[in-house]
This record gives sequence, structure tokens and C-alpha cells, in this order.
Amino acid sequence: MPDQIEPITPREISVNDVPFAQVEQNGPKGFFDQLKGFWVTFATMFKKVNTVQYPEVKEPTAERFHGRHQLNRHEDGLEKCIGCELCAWACPADAILVEGDNNTEENRMSPGERYGKVYQINYLRCIFCGLCIEACPTRALTMTNEYELADETREKLIFEKGDLLAPLTQGMLMPPHPMYPGMDDSNYYRGEVKGSHPSQDINK
Amino acid sequence: MTTMQEVEMISLVIDGFEVSVPKGTLVIRAAEKLGIQIPRFCDHPLLDPVGACRQCLVDIEINGRAFPKPQASCTIPVEPGMIVKTQLTSAVAEKAQRGVMELLLVNHPLDCPVCDKGGECPLQNQAMSTGQGETRFEGVKRTFQKPINISSQVLLDRERCVLCARCTRFSEQIASDPFITLNERGALQQVGIYENQPFESYFSGNAVQICPVGALTGASYRFRARPFDLVSTPSACEHCASGCDMRTDVRRGKTLRRLAGDDASVNEEWNCDKGRWAFKYVTALDRLTTPMVRNSDGVLVEASWPEALAAAAAGLSTNKSAVLVGGRATYEDAYGYSKFARIALGTNDIDFRARLSSDEERDFLAAHVVGSTSTYRDIDIADQVVLVAFEPEEESPIVFLRLNKAFRKRALKVTAIATKLSIGVEKLKGEFVKVAPGAEASALSSQTLTNKSLILVGERASESAGLLSAVAALAQSSGAKIAWIPRRAGERGALEAGAIGNLLPGGRPVSDAAARVDIAAVWSTQSLPTDNGKNANEIIAAVHSGAIGALVVGGVDPLDNEASTQMLAALDKAFVVSLEIAPSAVTARANVILPVAAVTEKSGSFLNWEGRPRKFDAAVADTHNRSDLRILSMIADEMGRTISLATVTAAAKEIASLGRWDGVKSSLNKVSVATTPSLSPNEAIITSWRRLLDLGTLQAGEENLAATSRRTVAVISSKRADTLGVKDGDRLTISTQLGSITLPALVEEIHDDAVWAPRNSRGSELLSQLGVAHGAVVKVAKA
Repeated sequence: MPDQIEPITPREISVNDVPFAQVEQNGPKGFFDQLKGFWVTFATMFKKVNTVQYPEVKEPTAERFHGRHQLNRHEDGLEKCIGCELCAWACPADAILVEGDNNTEENRMSPGERYGKVYQINYLRCIFCGLCIEACPTRALTMTNEYELADETREKLIFEKGDLLAPLTQGMLMPPHPMYPGMDDSNYYRGEVKGSHPSQDINK
Repeated sequence: MTTMQEVEMISLVIDGFEVSVPKGTLVIRAAEKLGIQIPRFCDHPLLDPVGACRQCLVDIEINGRAFPKPQASCTIPVEPGMIVKTQLTSAVAEKAQRGVMELLLVNHPLDCPVCDKGGECPLQNQAMSTGQGETRFEGVKRTFQKPINISSQVLLDRERCVLCARCTRFSEQIASDPFITLNERGALQQVGIYENQPFESYFSGNAVQICPVGALTGASYRFRARPFDLVSTPSACEHCASGCDMRTDVRRGKTLRRLAGDDASVNEEWNCDKGRWAFKYVTALDRLTTPMVRNSDGVLVEASWPEALAAAAAGLSTNKSAVLVGGRATYEDAYGYSKFARIALGTNDIDFRARLSSDEERDFLAAHVVGSTSTYRDIDIADQVVLVAFEPEEESPIVFLRLNKAFRKRALKVTAIATKLSIGVEKLKGEFVKVAPGAEASALSSQTLTNKSLILVGERASESAGLLSAVAALAQSSGAKIAWIPRRAGERGALEAGAIGNLLPGGRPVSDAAARVDIAAVWSTQSLPTDNGKNANEIIAAVHSGAIGALVVGGVDPLDNEASTQMLAALDKAFVVSLEIAPSAVTARANVILPVAAVTEKSGSFLNWEGRPRKFDAAVADTHNRSDLRILSMIADEMGRTISLATVTAAAKEIASLGRWDGVKSSLNKVSVATTPSLSPNEAIITSWRRLLDLGTLQAGEENLAATSRRTVAVISSKRADTLGVKDGDRLTISTQLGSITLPALVEEIHDDAVWAPRNSRGSELLSQLGVAHGAVVKVAKA
């Protein structure tokens, strides 16, 4: 019966018993064939050079290249991350660790109730698939084009929140600081906050 | 007489499948029996049906006549000839459910990313399964102020509420604490709190657990984790003898929350706030990590395990030793202490009662409690329950919930023999038999009970001489059952394990030669000590007299004892081996300190007050802390008198192989009642109990929980208040020779001779501040 396969006992298999076929070896090529090969090499000398002298010279990547992550800020400097862990949930490589915490009036890091207290991405695990970016409900997490992610120790490749946060640009204040006066978290999410207000600068 | 009545079964058809269920079953539950899941929010098997959320709509037809509209399957009991079509077979039901879901989501905020329920939310799940992807709503969502505190522990976010009334029904029907209610009507209907009344509930955490959305959340778990972060371990509660089934959720080696487990025969699906929220002590206390040994200069220095074990063994071998083990040890650990005392130390001087106790109690435990089979079921079927020196809401909250259930369902008669009327007894509408402290026995004797009654005796019964004798006599004359309900989780287990002088494991009386032979055979030893051993107070006295030179102390707080100063002096004098999780008054006086594992770090079991094993596994796996049992076994090996109990499994196996004692139990010698002292006008008799939320060590580091504890007050009768010229809120000073406390006065139902204060609350630590807790004469004056 064809569907009954007899199991092979290990004793029946021996390396010496396995048949092998003699593979035909090609002899030396003719003169014309060799000339054809040299012609390819010769012709290439006159073509445009693709090699870049990395790391002295760096070419820009494709616009949508998946590089190192960045944690973005609202226009007044508050963090966009709300510590919801959806990125960690989406991550197929278990590379992200997030711990949330309460925003208080004295210590406000982001608009709304919650912020990300601990944020780590392990670049030894990350496969740059970008599912975390899709999962992020506040556009806090995006990817930059930075691709130089190599280091000597494993510890250095676990990026902390401080390593991932976007730098402060013009008009931004370093959190913690209060929300823009008269605005609440939904104004922030709608992009209605365009910069910081002098009253937000609590260090002044 | 038959107790089981024939249950009438009703057959109906659901989605084309026929099913038979008992009469009175709701359609939604009959469907569950077939494995058909009808979406629901308000329906909860332990709460009365209400039909508030309308999510469970199904098509129903009875004997060919169909209901004109879909019906809520959670409110309709089954009928013969019913044909039910759920969303699986009826397009009408499916559309109705979809419509209800759309309406529920109209006002529900889209803040799932910041909501604690996200990932384990019935609304989220059922919106995915029975909702539609797009909303047709274009208006502005109703908003409320974001979370308001119901208490320091529970937060309410009204925007998220779907008005299922689970929480309000819980507070009314299960806990009988009106802490939450539904206000307003229509679109503005919302859950509200009683703003003018102080929040007082020991069960509010259950409302958080049963909330089907993120409207009620716990402050201590707020924003801590997502379900996928957590490793859940089934566990048992270590806080009291109720024996709740629990689930412990751990993230990266740290317990983040505990939830009530589902055990229909014990805690149903509930637990108390202490069990739910008091778990940080494991990390909050300054834990001991390495063994310490007192060197020749009298200073405690860190030592290696072999050094410390050698020092302990040397000290215990050269002195006559005794064992004091607190009521918090697991069953297996208590068995380890019991065997260690008998084999390694060769003594019966062991006592687990690290609290006020008496010899009468010890005899009572041996005669009436060890091996007793009273259970929660006895509360369900009792015709009357008498509470003796027992305050269920404060001392064993799940027993209170059971009593409350029986009271609400069938008006169970509850009689409390007590010095003060308590909030719990008031909720149970119990008959309050007011007695003077110390005079409980005579009031109890005048009760008439039947053989279906149940007497619930608390551990405080030992504080009134003759009371336990009276309990035993009443039970014998009426045929009523006795259930002894200690406060601590480990006491029943310690009793069964023989961590007490007059009993060997399995309830075998030490005085019985056959019982000793039983044990000696399993323990492979030639002989066992034959005397009845000393109780805790006698052990302390013996240290002072020099008869005992060394103590093994595990999990004992000297301040739980009436004679705390003597006990501390005894610890100073004796060679003390202390097994502890954190520095304490005992470790400060110890010669050898051996750090042990906390409950979450080890496996084992507790026996709850019924004697029912409550097994648990280590929730936090990667600690290096060892259980008491393992350490005792190592000391015994070092002493050359091995007890061969290296693991919890080995101990459990040995306990199982011992089995129970089937011989004659020892009897209780009747103890006569003490005479009531005569009082001058400025004197009163002190009475007290511990509150559920107080200064207990296992509640360390829980500020939010502590803020929900009841107010510390001194309670006096209106007659005394008149005599003293004191009104509610005036300050009252209670004093003894040792010291005095001053508390706000509260005039309440209490015996005229008595004054009540909480035993271990902030500002009222009676045992350390006054040195008395029950039955002693104190001076009372207006401050």
C-alpha cells in the first residue's frame, strides 16, 4: 500500500551505503571564452563608480529607510509618548520595554494623565520592521534614517529614553512643565499647540 | 429529613441545540452551558440581574409565540418550550447587539492607550467581536472631569462608564457598604459617591475588579503595566484565616497587583482590600539578605550561611531550648518547627500563639478545633449564627461576606455576644447581646441554639476566662457546631501541624502513648518528649528563671503579647535564633539571624479556618531566599539531629503519610469565669479588637490603603459620656500604670462599664502603650 511507509531503523543507514554520482568536471575553457571574460573587466573600467568611501563619505539613505527610533515632542517641548506600551505590544522581537507613570501638576512630562517613565529599545533585538511606529497612537515614536548602530558592548545597544528623545528645537521647553495655558490634551493631539508660552517656563 | 430537594429541570433550544437546565436559570447562563457566549457587561453570576447594559439581546420564542423585540438574556429565566436565537443564528439579535454596542461607544472616550483596562477590557474585546469598525456619531462626546477619587485607593473615570451598575450592585448586595451609587438620569446618568459621608468599605477593590470598563481603577496599579507584561501565579492570601484564592501578578520580579481568585466554596469571587492591596511589604520592608551572627563583642555582623548555621546549632545544642513561631507560618513551615522542636531540641516547649492566649484555649483547641470540619457551607445552612469574641468584618472579612449573603438571601439570624456593637453586626442586623468585658461566658450560656446552629469563636475568646468552656458546654447541650476563626492565616495550619505543646502533628495528643508511637514511627525516632510542654508565657517565664536558655523565634512580634516588656527582656537574656524577613524587635536581640523567604517567594500552603488547604506556588521565582523549613532542616543537620525536611514537597508528603488522629481527643477541663471587678466612676474595663486595616507589619508601605482605614476613636456609652461630661469628638484619655493614650471620643452602643479602642491602630497601640487589651481596669478621663 502506498500510504504505508515503512520506518527505517537507524541501523540500516550507513554513510558508506549512500550512493553518490560522479559529477562531470568541465575541462579548461577555450581561448575565445577567456577573452570574453577579460573584456567584461576591461569595459567596467570606463563605467561610473558606485563605491563610496564610507565612513569618510556618507550617502543619504532612501527617504523612508527604517533607522534608529526617535521619541518626538510636542511643539512646546512636552513629550508625545504617553507610556501606553502599544509599541511594546506590537513588537514581534520583544525589543521594547515601557513603564508608564502618572503625570502630576508638579511633574508633567506629557499632556494628559500618563507618560512613559521608562522607555528602552534593545537594538540587538530590533528588526526595524516598523510595527511599533504603526502602533503608536500619538505619533510619539517614529524612525530616523540613522543606521550606524554598532557598538562594543551589549549594554550600549539598549537605548534609554534619554538616547531616543528628539532634541529640543526653537520654541520648545525642557519638560517637566505645565501644559499650554487654556489647552488640554485633546488640543495637543489635534496639533493646536504651536509653541511654548512664557508661563510654561517654570525655571524663570 | 432530606436536605437536597429534587431540582426541576427545564429543556429549551438555543441556536438549534437542546439543553436542560435547572428551573430559574437565566437564558444567558443556559447558553454558557452550551458554550455559546452572548456578549454582556452588567451580567454577573453573583449579582442580582438588572438588565442595565442591554448588550445581551437575543431573539426568544415560547411555544411558537415570539417576543416582538429582542430580549435581554441576562434577566429572563428559562421556560419550557423556549426557542432562543442568539447573535449566531439570528440576524435580528446580531443587529440589535451591534446597535447597542454603537450606542455604548457613543460617549465612551477613545483613551484606551492610557486606560489601565486596555488589553483586558470586556468592552474592548466585545467591541471587536460584536461592534462595527466605524462610528456614525459625529457630535461631541460627553465629557466629565477625569479621575475623581472615590477613596485614596479607588479612582473613578465617569466618561468610561457604561452604566452597568455592577459596582453599585456589589456595594449594595454583597458588601452592604453604600460607597457608590448611580446619580442623575438619561445621558447625564453617572456613578457618584456619597460626598458627605466618609468612605468606609473594606471591599471596594472588588468593584474595581468587576468593572467591565476602565471606569474604576486602583490607584496603586495605575499605569503600572499591561496584561502581557504580567506573569500571573495562582496564590493564597496570607493576611487572614479566611483563605481567599488569589492571583498574583508579577512584572520583572515585583508584585504589581493581586486579584481575587474564583473559588465558589470559599471566597466566591471576592476578597477584601487588605488582601488585594497589601503586598508591598515584601519590598517595602528593609529586607534581611544575609545571615548575621552576634560576635564576642556583642555586635551583629554579617556571616556566611555555614558560619551562621554552626553558631545557631552550637547555641541550641548547649542550652535547653524552646520554639516560638508566629501565626503567619505556612502549614509546611509550621510542621518544620513542630518536628524541629521535638527531634532537634527534644522538647514540647513550642507555641504558635504569638498573641494573648490561655491554657484554656490550648485545651479547647486540642479538644474541639483540631480536625474540626466546620466550613463556609455551615454558614449557608445554619439556622442561627452566634458570634463569640469575633468581629467578622474586621477579623475575617470573607466570613462576613458569607454571613451577609445568608442574611440577605434568607434573613439568617446573627447573634453577637460582644462588648460593643460593631458596624459589621449592624449591617447584618444582628441581635447584639451587650456584655461587660469578661462577662461573655454567662451571656453565652443563656443562648438557646439548635443542632443546626453555628458558633463562630474568635481568637479573642482566650482573653475571657471561662468563655471557651462555655462555648464547649453550649455546643454540647444544643448540638450546635463550633468554628474557631483565628485572625492570622497560619494558625489553623500550625495547630494541625502540632506547633503547640500539647499536640503532635495531625491532632495527636502528646499525652496519648499510642499517638506518640504513631509519630515516632514516621519520624524514625526512639522517643518523643511526653510532657505537655510550656505555653508562650511559661516559656518566657522559664527564660527568666534560667530553665530555658535558648529560643528559636520565627515571625513573632513581641508587641503582640500582653507581657511585651518581659518578652523583650527574655529575648535579651536567652540565646535567640531568629528566622525573619525583616529587622524587628526580635532580630535586634537575636544572637543568630537567618533571613527567610516571604510568602510570595516560596511555595507551600495555608490551612484556612475550615482546615481547608490553600496551596500556592512561588510568585516571584528568582529570589535566593529559603523557606523556614529548609533553614530549620539545615540547623538540625548541623546539630546532628536531622529532621530530613529539605523541601516543601517532602514536608507535604510526610504530613500526608501521617494522616489524621482517629483516637480519643483530649478533653477540656471547665474553667470558671473570673469575677467582674467593681469599678469606681473614673474607671472602666478596657475592650478592643484589631481592625482590618491597622498598623500590622504586612501592611507596611501601603499609604493609599492605610488612608482608607477607619478613624481611631475611643468608644464609651452615653451613660458614661454624661458622667464624664464628654461629647462626640471630645478627647478622652485612657490610662494604666504603664502609660496613657488620648483619642477622640465616640458615644455608641457599648456596655456601660466598658471603654473600647482599636488594638493596633495609629495612636492606639494598646498592648505597647497600655499593656492591656481586654478585661483589665483602666482609668478614663476627659482630656
